[in-house]
Amino acid sequence: MDSTPVSVPSATGLSGPRGPKPRRKFSRVNVMLYGTLFVVAVYYALPLYVMIVTSLKGMPEIRLGNVFSPPVEITFEPWVKAWAEACTGINCDGLSRGFWNSVRILVPSVILSIAIASVNGYALANWRFKGSEVFFTILILGAFIPYQVMLYPIVIILREMGLYGSLWGLVLVHTVFGMPILTLLFRNYFTSVPEELFKAARVDGAGFWGIYFRIMLPMSLPIFVVAVILQVTGIWNDFLFGVIYTKPEFYPMTVQLNNIVNSVQGVKEYNVNMAATLLTGLVPLSIYFVSGKLFVRGIAAGAVKG
Amino acid sequence: MRGEPVAHSVEIRNLDLSFGAVNVLQDLNLSIQDGEFLVLLGASGCGKSTLLNCIAGLLEISDGQIFIKDRNVTWKEPSARGIGMVFQSYALYPQMTVEGNLSFGLRNARLPRDEIRKRVARAAEILQIEPLLKRKPGALSGGQRQRVAIGRALVRDVDVFLFDEPLSNLDAKLRADLRVEIKRLHQRLKNTIIYVTHDQVEAMTLADRIAIMKGGRIQQLASPTEIYNRPGNRYVADFIGSPSMNFLDGGLEGSHFRVGGETLDVSRYPFVAHAAGAVCMGIRPEHVAIADAAAAMPVQADTVVEIVEPMGSDTLVWTNCYGERFRIRIDGQTRIATGDPLRIGFDPAQASFFSAETELRL
Repeated sequence: MDSTPVSVPSATGLSGPRGPKPRRKFSRVNVMLYGTLFVVAVYYALPLYVMIVTSLKGMPEIRLGNVFSPPVEITFEPWVKAWAEACTGINCDGLSRGFWNSVRILVPSVILSIAIASVNGYALANWRFKGSEVFFTILILGAFIPYQVMLYPIVIILREMGLYGSLWGLVLVHTVFGMPILTLLFRNYFTSVPEELFKAARVDGAGFWGIYFRIMLPMSLPIFVVAVILQVTGIWNDFLFGVIYTKPEFYPMTVQLNNIVNSVQGVKEYNVNMAATLLTGLVPLSIYFVSGKLFVRGIAAGAVKG
Repeated sequence: MRGEPVAHSVEIRNLDLSFGAVNVLQDLNLSIQDGEFLVLLGASGCGKSTLLNCIAGLLEISDGQIFIKDRNVTWKEPSARGIGMVFQSYALYPQMTVEGNLSFGLRNARLPRDEIRKRVARAAEILQIEPLLKRKPGALSGGQRQRVAIGRALVRDVDVFLFDEPLSNLDAKLRADLRVEIKRLHQRLKNTIIYVTHDQVEAMTLADRIAIMKGGRIQQLASPTEIYNRPGNRYVADFIGSPSMNFLDGGLEGSHFRVGGETLDVSRYPFVAHAAGAVCMGIRPEHVAIADAAAAMPVQADTVVEIVEPMGSDTLVWTNCYGERFRIRIDGQTRIATGDPLRIGFDPAQASFFSAETELRL
């Protein structure tokens, strides 16, 4: 305060603390806190920086060996090559084939798994039946069984169903493997919806599907967003199932990326590899950017106020 | 079936409900007259809300029968029972407008549009929520939400309304306002209402009859005055009334009550059952007189004021009488201070005697 107040009610207590407690900008705690955050942020951002920078350089520039230096001459040639020209085995049409394969795997898998799991979770939360808890426990146990144990049995099952090596076989596998965690997610969310809402809807004469579609679905957008993010990133990043249950012509993007990056013939084109990797990571990345806010809201969604 | 049915709106016969080994409701029988306002009152966990859910068909019962309007609805779906229900948390559908909330049940029943519009308009008019029809529940206050919830029961045009602690989520003033409104609504519509609450003021003010429940059983089913003046057992006596009744444990010899070394003449009390031995006498704090008024009472004692709790309209005085804590309710204008000597007196005719063994009224 630089000026003295004009009217003073009483002289006592004026010198004491008053109003908000002043905070120093450069306190020891702040320096520590922001310092740590900065270091960690750099640690995580640096690889991304190197990747982007390298993908924009030509091979002669890369051979100079300055990993961190920005490109002298920016070229998008590596990106084009990664997308459309890079060779895996006998195919030389780049990642684009893998991208479209991944999309064709992803879309039905996400829709199918979320549709089934949300109904599962809704039924388990609101329509308890005899043995529903046992059923739920068994389903959750499925999340803890290592994939390796199930790999070969699933190969046999798919073969018997005539789906082995096809896209739909992989879709089926993704749907089944998404079931435990998604059902848990939806069940917990629907359990947090006040039970009285469900009761009111029953008194109002809505049935199983009526309540699901007209009461529960409209108020569970956040949790659907969470489920979509989980499934899209999970399925897009899947490598194991893709390489085991499909044929080369249906390989998803991740498998193809691996084949491009790890090919031992010819020169190692670092710039193309970096571009290919960034391209592959673009889908999950954009999903996070687009739905980040909703994601947080969905995770934090506990009580639903009516 | 019995012979010709009487005008019973809701009848519950030998209702049992158990979850595994836990019996929540046991052999419960209850008949509710047409147009009656019945309040189920009890502490939390006494089974009152459970009973209401059974009547609504939201819980499957273990044994027994439920009749609504002389129709056996034991196996019927909630929507087919002819009931409307109002919940404590309002349970409005958050994504629908008020109008959508009101008409949801009617749309499910596939009523014609004109009929739906007419009924929604009527309910909105009765509850004075017409300006709110286009709003979402999130934009309403607690009192408005509960009106809409009542409206949702109203549009169903049913004979029986079930209220599950509808006012418990509201603040004190709104609760009092809405309480009167519910009573007005009942007088206007003359529907049967079953109303669950733990608030004895709501029970006393609203009910034609109160059923006091404890441990899944009905302790007493009677009019509010009867329950207040002649509680059927010690639990009911203790539960009803605020501040609650004073109890003195002693022995009964003929028409004399021995307590704390004194013998009181209680011949004015109308015993319904002959009793002797260990009994418990209860007297309401508001039935104890002090000072000059005490001198006219058949039973008198001298005490000292221990704590004074002024509440404005009246004052609660804590004393010690015959070795027991004793509450006295006096007029709020009386000047009284801690440590004052106080002469108290009461009329045994206004007291209640309970057997110490069975806790039943004598």
